Order: sequence, then C-alpha cells, then structure tokens
Amino acid sequence: MASAELMDYDKALELFEPVLGFEVHVELNTKTKMFCGCANEFGSGANTNTCPTCLGLPGGLPQVNKKAIESSIRLGLALGCEIAEHSRFARKNYFYPDTAKNFQTSQYDDPICHDGSITIELESGRLVTVEIERAHMEDDAGKLTHMGGATGRIQGADYSLVDYNRGGVPLVEIVTQMIEGAEHDAPEIGKTYVAAIREIAKALGVSNARMEEGNVRCDANVSLRPRGSNVLGTRTETKNVNSLRSVERAVRYEIQRQAAVLHAGGTITQETRHWHEDTGRTSAGRPKSDADDYRYFPEPDLLPMAPSRAWVEELRLTLPEPPAARRKRLQAAWGFVNLEFQDVVNSDLLDAVEATVAAGASAQAARKWWTGEIARLANVAGVAADSLVTPVQLAALIKLVEAGTLTDRLARQVLEGVIAGEGTPAEVVESRGLAVVSDDGPLIAAIDAALLGQPDVLAKIRDGKVQAAGAVIGAVMKAMRGQADAARVRELVLERAATIE
Amino acid sequence: MTYLTKLSAAALSELLISKEVSAVEATRAHLDHIAAVDTDLHAFLHVAGDAALSTAAQIDARRAAGEELNPLAGVPIAIKDVLATQDMPTTAGSKILEGWVPPYDATVVARLRAAGLVPLGKTNMDEFAMGSSTEHSAYGITRNPWDRDRIPGGSGGGSAAAVASFQAPLALGSDTGGSIRQPAAVTGSVGVKPTYGGVSRYGAIALASSLDQVGPVSRTVYDAALLHDVIGGHDPLDSTSLTERWPSMAAAARAGLQDGALKGVRVGVIKELSGDGFQAGVTQRFNETLALLVAAGAEITEVSAPNFEYAVAAYYLILPAEASSNLARFDSVRFGIRVNPESGSLTSEHVMSATREAGFGAEVKRRIILGTYALSAGYYDAYYGSAQKVRTLIQRDFAAAFNQVDVLVSPSAPTTAFKFGEKLADPMAMYINDVTTIPANLAGVPGMSIPIGLAPEDGLPVGLQIMAPAKADARLYTVGAAIEQLLEANWGHTMLSQAPALTPTEMFASEEGAV
Repeated sequence: MASAELMDYDKALELFEPVLGFEVHVELNTKTKMFCGCANEFGSGANTNTCPTCLGLPGGLPQVNKKAIESSIRLGLALGCEIAEHSRFARKNYFYPDTAKNFQTSQYDDPICHDGSITIELESGRLVTVEIERAHMEDDAGKLTHMGGATGRIQGADYSLVDYNRGGVPLVEIVTQMIEGAEHDAPEIGKTYVAAIREIAKALGVSNARMEEGNVRCDANVSLRPRGSNVLGTRTETKNVNSLRSVERAVRYEIQRQAAVLHAGGTITQETRHWHEDTGRTSAGRPKSDADDYRYFPEPDLLPMAPSRAWVEELRLTLPEPPAARRKRLQAAWGFVNLEFQDVVNSDLLDAVEATVAAGASAQAARKWWTGEIARLANVAGVAADSLVTPVQLAALIKLVEAGTLTDRLARQVLEGVIAGEGTPAEVVESRGLAVVSDDGPLIAAIDAALLGQPDVLAKIRDGKVQAAGAVIGAVMKAMRGQADAARVRELVLERAATIE
Repeated sequence: MTYLTKLSAAALSELLISKEVSAVEATRAHLDHIAAVDTDLHAFLHVAGDAALSTAAQIDARRAAGEELNPLAGVPIAIKDVLATQDMPTTAGSKILEGWVPPYDATVVARLRAAGLVPLGKTNMDEFAMGSSTEHSAYGITRNPWDRDRIPGGSGGGSAAAVASFQAPLALGSDTGGSIRQPAAVTGSVGVKPTYGGVSRYGAIALASSLDQVGPVSRTVYDAALLHDVIGGHDPLDSTSLTERWPSMAAAARAGLQDGALKGVRVGVIKELSGDGFQAGVTQRFNETLALLVAAGAEITEVSAPNFEYAVAAYYLILPAEASSNLARFDSVRFGIRVNPESGSLTSEHVMSATREAGFGAEVKRRIILGTYALSAGYYDAYYGSAQKVRTLIQRDFAAAFNQVDVLVSPSAPTTAFKFGEKLADPMAMYINDVTTIPANLAGVPGMSIPIGLAPEDGLPVGLQIMAPAKADARLYTVGAAIEQLLEANWGHTMLSQAPALTPTEMFASEEGAV
C-alpha cells in the first residue's frame, strides 16, 4: 500500500477523534482443558491431547474445570470486576474446521465477571482508566496449518491440517468498554493496556502470559469520528495482534488508514482485519456486521454456576498486590533511578531481583548481576535469565563478594560453576579453589618480593608518590594469579613500603 | 434351547447363577433366534455374534472360578445404536455415520460390560432418534412383531422389537420425547425413561441435550429395574448427572409384588391426556386398568395439567433448536462419511455442505432447519425463549399434580401401532403421536410404559404410562410391578406370550400366502 493511502498521524488526529476498544484473550495455564481431562500443554505431538469431548465426537459431553473458574474469578477480581452470582455457558454456533463441535462453548448474557476497570499509566505520566465491560470464559479452537500455499495462509493452500491439542484450552476473553478521549495516545494506550492485562495475568499465576506463544492475544477495535461529531464511526477489528509493539503499530496504522479513506470521501467497511507483522499493515478480513448471527443459546450440557460469595471473598484474599502498585513500592524501596528500574522491568526480572533482595542481597548488587552478567549468559544460551540461577544462589554469591571472599572477576567464575551445576557458590569456591587469599602471609611475601625487585618504585612510594604503587600491585596480582583482593593488596603495599628494610 | 429366549432376564439370571445354563448357551440361543427371525424384522443393525460368545465364555469362566458377579452377568442385551460402543459400529441410524466405530464406550455401555451383560448388537432407530416409527432410519424399517405391516414405534423401534420378539431379554433405549415408552407401548414391552440426570448421557449421541435420557427396555418391570440398577447413578463425565444415591429399583419392584402394594396409592388421571384423539380400544383398556387399580385399593383422582396443551409445540422448538447445534459436529472432518461436492472447489465449507446434504435424511434436515430458525437473532425470544417458559409451566403443572397424587397415569400413546407410511407424509401427525410422552421429558420426571392388553378393534398392544415426581423412579417400579402382577393374574398369562409366533417357516408361509 502506498504511503499516500495513509494520512500523516498528526493530521489524522487533527481531523478525527479515535475511539478504541480491545478484546484480549488470556489463555489459562490450568493443568487440564476447560471441559475435559486432557492435558493443557503447549508443544505436544499433534492431536495427542484429545478425547471424545474436545474432539467433538458423537456422544462427548463437557465437564467444567473448577480451576479454570477459579482463575477466571481471580482475573476478574484483579480487574476490579463484579463476579456474577449466576453465570452460565452458552453455545456460539458457527462452522469452522478448527472448532470441533462447530460451536464454541462461551458465555453470552451471563458472563462470570463484569463491570470492572483498570488504570494504566502512560510514559508521559498520564493516567487512563479503561473500563472493562466483561470477562467471560470460553474454550479455544484447534490450530489450522495450511499446506502447499506460498504464504501459509488458507488462500492458495492445497490442504489444511488440524491439531486439536489447543481445542478446549480455557480462555478468558476480556472486553473493554469504548475508550474515548485517547487522542494522540491511542497507540500507546493499546500497548500499555495489553501490557497491563498480561502483567496482571502473570502476577496472578493464572496464565503463562507469553504473547509469543499466543497465551495473550489482542483484537483491536478502532473507529474514527470527525471532530465535532457525536456519531461513532464504523469500526474495524484487527485480529490476533500478538505483541505489545504490534498493538501499538496496528492502532496507529488503522487510525492513519481510516483517516485517509474518510478524508478522501470513502467509507469504512465494518470488517475484521489481519495484522501483518512484516509489512506493518492491516488487510481486509471478513465482513463483520453487528447482525452476525451465532444463534447463542444456553449450553444445555452444563449446569448454571452460582459461585458462592464466600468463595469469591476467599479468592479475593489470594490476590497479589496490583503490579503497578508493586512497581512503585519496589522502586522506592530499592532506590533505583527510572532507567535502572525500567531495565529490570523490561528484562522481566522484577521477581528475580525482589527474591534476591529478600534472600539478603543489596538491591543494587542484585540488579547489577541480573541485568548484567546473568542476562548476558542467558542471552548467549538463548534461555530466560531466571532459569540459570536461583535468587538464593545469587544472593549467596553477592554476599561472598561483599565479604571480600571473592573479587568480581572470581565471582563470575563461581557463577559459571553454579550454572554448570557444580553446587552452591560456597561449594564452587571450595571445589575450584577460587577464594581470595585472605591469609596475608603469602601476600606479604609476594609484595616484599615485588618491592625489593623494583627499588626505584619503592623509592617513589616512600617519597609520597602513591600512584607509583600501581606497578607493584600489578606484579603482586600476577604473582597471586588474581586470587587476591586488589584493595587489600594496595593497602599492604603502602604499609610494607613504609616498613620494609 | 429356544425356551431360553422366552425367559425373563431375572429367570435366566437364576439359571445362570445355579449354573443350570451357561452364558454361552443363553447367548447362542439368542443369536440363533436372531438369525432365524431378524432378517425379516430387522431389529438389529449390527449383530456381534463372535464377540458376544466370547464375552459369554469369559463370564462362564469367572462364574466357574467362584467370582461374585452381578445378577445380570451372562444375560444378553441389545443396545440402541445411539450409544457409543468401541467394538461395534455406531450410526444412530444415520448414513452420515455409516461404519463409524467410536474409540470409546458410552458410560452405560461400560457399566453393562462391567456388570457382565453380554452385548448382542446394535438396534435400529429413527435417524438421530428423530421419529416415532423407526421409518426414518437410513438403514430400513423395523417391523412390529405383532403385525409385520406396522411400525414398532420410535425412535427406539429396534430395541422394543428385539425384546418383544424374544431376540434379547433386555435392551437399552434413549428417550427424548417418548422414544423408549411409545415403542414399548406398541410392541407390548416395558420401557422406562428415568429422571433426567438419573442415567449418564456420556456417549449417547445427543439429540436434544436437555431432554435426552437413556433407559431400560425389557419384557417385565422387574427386569427393567435390574437393568436400571446397573446403568443408573452419578457419572462425573455427564455434568447434568445427579449426584444422589439411588435406592435399588429392583427392591422397589419386588415391593410392588407384595400383597396390598397398591392400597392407598393415590393415582392421578391426567384429564388432558384422554378423550379426543385417543383410539377407543386404547381408552377401553386404560379404563379397565383403572378399575383394577380401584379394586386393589388405589385411590383414583382426576387431575388437570392445563399447560400440557402446549407441550408438543414447545417440544418441537426446544428439540430442533438443541438438535441443530448438537448435529453441527457431523461435518466429515474428524469422523463419519465424507462426500465431495459434484462441482465447485474442494473447500472445507463445500465438503461439509455436500457431506451433510448427502448424509442426513429429510427429517433430520427438517429439524435442523427448524432449530436454526428458532435460534436466529430476533426470533430467539419468540420461539426458544417462549418454549422454555412453557417448559416451566409444565413443570408447575406436574408439581401441582404431585401435591395431590403419588403417581400420574395416562395411555402411553394415543393409538396402537400404525401402518408403515401412514404418517410419513404428515410430520405433524407423527409429532402429535408423542403428546402423551413429551411432558415427562420437558419436566425431567420419570415415566414408564407397561402393557395393559390388546385393543379389541385391532388386537394390538396398548400401554399404560406411569409417571412419578423427579427422583422418585423407585415409585414407578413398585406401582408398575404391582399393576403388571394384577393384569397377568387376571389374564392368566403374560401379554407377550400372546404375540404371533415368529419362526422362519411360518413367516415364509405367510409370505407365500400373501402371494
């Protein structure tokens, strides 16, 4: 698409007001699926986690996963939602090969959670409250793989394969109210809102919340109305935007695209749109009208649910501190400047640093190690930093450094040993013989030898030219093969220079 | 060995327990009888002779080893083709499932096997249980053993005909609007629709989820009770399955055989299920039975259920609505036949459409279309929503009636067995035939049909329907067994002993005679 078909962003905002809405699907990390006992597992062999129920075989019947209800209620509570006293499932009827029953078991007029809100903070410090209309439960569809086409899309494919392992995995769909007044911040609001949902789901432990694995998926609704108009414009729904950056880009793109169409006198088609990560564009999907008829009706194979108020209150007590509040508290407690703190947050190391501090390390040292050496090693190994060492191990390592037992350089070697599975830091120090030599005897002998070997340097030191000591320190460290604390060496060099005969 | 097929399940069970007869002998006797008569009757869609004999041999071995077995162990049984069986094709009478062997057993089938019953095969039915005559099976009609030109009822005509023609002492059925009770009535057998939730639906191919219930088919009330005890009870795989502990239905049936079992029992006659539209001989036998009940000390009261008038209409909205959704999974993707379109591209949508067009029969399509329409946006409230309200009103009618009486009775069906083709062209006439049985499904209450004689005008069986409050299934067995005993004492024989003999020779002769 030529850039002429996109209006400059600032001009678009001058002429139109964007109205947003988001539907975020959160895949729950329950052990089993929503309506059967099959494993809810990513990466198993195709169609291995299936049974008559999730394959939609004749005679299969659903059974509700109580843990999924619990997770949904906790998610709803964390989003400030009311938890319905009576809730039920409904069938959403449509034919598609990835939907084994050819209906999705979802919720319609009685969602489990409704009427909540969360407040998000933009980089500018602007606070935006996003109203949540509802959060309802449903089962996921299977996965289609289109074979033989050039693009992996259904168009042009020779045939398609279906893997029903994902079919029946529990989802919570969180639907916002219309978001008005977003203005220039619209793309950032999209990104920040989805990030907040992801963070909440992760903090609750109800989802693995990995966008790259599709645990969190966002459909972004965007419409524009001319400045001064009260009438809502026609919206498009960009489906399955699966990274935070893409949410931001897709919203921005739709604003620019729709503005160009409207400004040229065209009309927006109510439709779904596909987001193309590679080109940064959206393309038309299928027309979607408000009259799409899914022939919803209450699921007769499942009983209505009436979560007791006592249970809901019990679950409320299990809620963790809201992520945003927690971040504020931790930054203050640790005394990190914004840049340091963002570094920790962006590296997904908040939990790791917090646990390391809890294990007795100083906040700065914990940050330095996690975002520095450990992140570097993790990057090389292509794994998550917090999978390499435990906070307790790191705290022990930091304590050894602070006690002077290890230099930073030695500590890095000990870390390698710990990662290699050689034991606790203390055990690695022991087995590799890496401790700083703390018995001054050998050190003093080495220093004396170095001083006497360089009489001119000794003379300079005695003359008060303290910086000359560097040459001796270097020689001593070399003699000690690095196993000496440089600060202590310096101290002793000055001391011996004054007294040596 | 032919006498073995004439025995009730209970009587056969005694011979098996005393080892006078082996399960293999009993099974072989039934298989022989099936071979002799079923080519003509066509109660079975599939007969698993070798598997049945092998199962029977295992039971004999276990019994010989002194193992404690269920009283029904070694007793043969026929299974309606709506129930998933992992060793036999399961088609629900539909072409779309031709040859499909499920990878699992329905819970009731698993329970049968665990109790040591011997599955003989799968019985014919109206496609997806849609019908009252078994004429809607994709695999041909089943004949009524009483009159081969007449329907055996439906949808479970195969199970009822199998039992009534002594091809099996027991069978399993499913009842969505009368599919167990009406075939029982027109074949002179016994059929029970348990309380909704009393028997697991897991593995029963769904017609209308909120109405379907699996139940026993037999020749005596006691046999049905024995089978009910095997298949009933909570199943965690069916979320609508009730969690209560149920009393023994067999014990309840035995209680009905005690002297004075009917004394003081309050029996309600439903005003709305009598009169116009009921065949004279049906009404006559029904009234005679009431007179017997009075003589036995029961108190007869007429009760009104004003909303039953709307039951058929509400049923034919709820059923098609749920069925349209339940049958959506028959799309050729994972199981069943696949039909490619004659023209156009081979997209999944076109293949699904061509498969469903070729695989579903006319009645199934009619109901899918009705249901799809009834659930459509803008029509939901008027149709499905209103029908659900009627359902509540019918439940209230039952509640009010059961405040006054212990059981409700009516004829099981308005007429005796009708002739093939008689109602095929007129769906409404077919639907209205279920007027007596539908209310129990809408309310979820249990119902039983027992034979009460032959209509004088056509010599065909008439059934009495007994209904009890939800979860009071045991009451049906007590009252049913008591009435059955009274009638048989009166007649001096069982009703099915009067059925025309079905031997290959005789049938052959009658075929020749017809020429």
